[in-house]
Amino acid sequence: MSTFWSLWIIILTVVNLILIFWVLMANRKVAVSDDEDPENKKTGHVYDGIEEYDNPLPKWWFQMFLGTLIFTIIYLALYPGLGSWQGLLGWTQINQLEREQEKAAENFNTVFGKYMSMPIEEVAREPAAVKIGVRLFGNNCAVCHGADAGGNFGFPDLTDDDWLYGGSPEQILHSLVQGRVGQMPAWDNIIGEENVIAVSEYVLSLSGQPHDETQLATGAQVYAQNCAACHAADGTGNQVVGAPNLTDDIWLYSGTAAGIRQSVRSGRFGNMPAQSDKLREEKIHLLAAYVYSLSLDDSE
Amino acid sequence: MSSNLAATGDTPVYDTPAYDYRVVRQFTIMTVVWGVVGMAVGVLIAAQLYWPALNDLLQPYSHFGRLRPLHTNAVIFAFGGCALFATSYYVVQRTCQAPLFGGFLVPFTFWGWQIVILAAAITLPMGYTSAKEYAELEWPIDILITLVWVSYAIVFFGTIIKRKTSHIYVANWFFGAFIIAVAMLHVVNSAAVPVTLFKSYSAYAGAADAMVQWWYGHNAVGFFLTAGFLGMMYYFVPKQAGRPVYSYQLSIVHFWALISLYIWAGPHHLHYSALPDWAQSLGMVMSLVLLAPSWGGMINGIMTLSGAWHKLRTDPTLRFLVVSLSFYGMSTFEGPMMSIKTVNALSHNTDWTVGHVHSGALGWVAMISIGAVYHLLPVLYNRKEMFSVKLINTHFWLATVGTVLYIASMWVNGIMQGLMWRAFNADGTLTYTFVESVEASGPGYFVRVLGGAFFLLGMLLMMYNCYRTVAAPEDEAAAPAQPQPAQ
Repeated sequence: MSTFWSLWIIILTVVNLILIFWVLMANRKVAVSDDEDPENKKTGHVYDGIEEYDNPLPKWWFQMFLGTLIFTIIYLALYPGLGSWQGLLGWTQINQLEREQEKAAENFNTVFGKYMSMPIEEVAREPAAVKIGVRLFGNNCAVCHGADAGGNFGFPDLTDDDWLYGGSPEQILHSLVQGRVGQMPAWDNIIGEENVIAVSEYVLSLSGQPHDETQLATGAQVYAQNCAACHAADGTGNQVVGAPNLTDDIWLYSGTAAGIRQSVRSGRFGNMPAQSDKLREEKIHLLAAYVYSLSLDDSE
Repeated sequence: MSSNLAATGDTPVYDTPAYDYRVVRQFTIMTVVWGVVGMAVGVLIAAQLYWPALNDLLQPYSHFGRLRPLHTNAVIFAFGGCALFATSYYVVQRTCQAPLFGGFLVPFTFWGWQIVILAAAITLPMGYTSAKEYAELEWPIDILITLVWVSYAIVFFGTIIKRKTSHIYVANWFFGAFIIAVAMLHVVNSAAVPVTLFKSYSAYAGAADAMVQWWYGHNAVGFFLTAGFLGMMYYFVPKQAGRPVYSYQLSIVHFWALISLYIWAGPHHLHYSALPDWAQSLGMVMSLVLLAPSWGGMINGIMTLSGAWHKLRTDPTLRFLVVSLSFYGMSTFEGPMMSIKTVNALSHNTDWTVGHVHSGALGWVAMISIGAVYHLLPVLYNRKEMFSVKLINTHFWLATVGTVLYIASMWVNGIMQGLMWRAFNADGTLTYTFVESVEASGPGYFVRVLGGAFFLLGMLLMMYNCYRTVAAPEDEAAAPAQPQPAQ
């Protein structure tokens, strides 16, 4: 802050406070001796029938006012406030934050350091670690994946053993650290609406759902030409590109005829944001262990 | 005392001029109408927070995000604004013994202000907003507000200049300060670069924009919702109680202290933010000094009743006025306390803030306005008294219980949220997820809907009572009508 603006602030503040103090003292009249008769205390002004007493300032109120003014002087000496004056205590909100962070970091290293040196499979079997993972999940992941990790429309269920990108500790860690982008292209302009309907019926048949038999031949052909590259010839998907398995009854978006057509026609775009720039390595490690533990329960 | 025959063509037979009551009547009626509308929207959005499906009534117009600014604008500027116009026009004439100055500017302030309100009611649900809290209206409406406000100032100060009394009554000091400060706040905060007819960008950026926003926001509270309504208080409390104002010197001290200190307090809305440390600290400490000047008004109002306390038993209008002062005292204690950084670290962003605002808005601003309207209406329409004093009493209890339910539930919610958000486990993780604090707030949100509904029900009774009073045949015995001191 330049000297000018610093002085500007200091002068405005001090002058304002002095004026307030002056108004307070200058208008402080001691009660007149004969105030037994209230008429003596009136100012003599009458406005639309309203008169005014001139009672003295209540003592407790006067003292409270003075008290706050004295507090202000002390406070402005100790803390920043008067322009570029730093305050005798040297307090800033940044150093307050840093002190708290230092304290937290000490705590952090003892609690999290231990798990960092353990492989994810082992951490996933530590109840205390999983408990931390649950809390981290609740505050960082639950908005999309649900508080129970059961997923939502467009956000995968993490509790089953069906994985878009793989469920090994390394693969889960990769999903967390670098994020994932799932791209199902829109096909309506490429294959046309008739083929969209046909291939959707074929996809329905892959998971054994009711479908229109007459469309299957065309559907299978369209599938082989356009879809098999990612979703595999048998429809079981491909974890390398995150192409879902179409033969089970687990659906990231929708498994109804209309929903599947929508996916084929307009495509889908999934985005798991990379956590590496949001969370510390130690926390991601624990989150990976927690997510891994969810499918662990299933297999055991 | 002399007559107050309204400017209805009757020949004034006394030495006081024919006051212009037409505009006062218009604003008084619209105070009640906008009060009902604004508070109904308030109850709706409170209900949306408990039953989110209510957002879907008429999407996207009925969405909380669009109705919330409609609610705040309607209660502050439509309800509160009309109440301030009505009472200031009434008080300035009667305490200056001069009719309103300004000729055509007088009806312009009424119609102009109503157009502003209508424009707000249309554009806000449509999603047009400048995104500045309590100043959401887009630039063309802002220009109209400026024109109305300048006219208001000309009318008000013109009347003061033409006064027949030697001194200026304390109520008019507060009304005057309110008019000048709001003009300054509105023009500075709303400065923007228009892009299209309904889109503009603020003239400020970053932390400076936030500072200007809260300099405006807090002084909207300080001058619109405090100084203006203190002006109202200084007329209607002594008038209704039939007692002299308690202390002239207290008036002087707390007036100058209040208006010069409020203007500093804005930064306490921006604690622990990108705002420089010095501004935060200065804002906080000035907010603390503000406690005594704020309480000066409460003391002057409540002590005016000394010797007339018994009137509270029979006069529900006076009860509105006095209870409003109690809520004023309570929220002006709470405010400085919440501005302390340590307290603010707990209360910020919680429902405590919402409760604090409503203890001022419902308890102070609405109750004093309601009391003033119950005093004014019979005078303005030459009736002996309101159609039903019993209904005023029922309204009083509905309003009081409603306010208490509202603020108590928000205290509980706010402190609970603050504590839940800052709770840490031994491992350094947060104990609660955000959504757990939302879930825990459910019962409080329900009680708030209930409190708001109580308050709204009282306003509907008031509307009915006012309608019956105005519709009743003119009371010959009441003319020349005097505002009746309580019996």
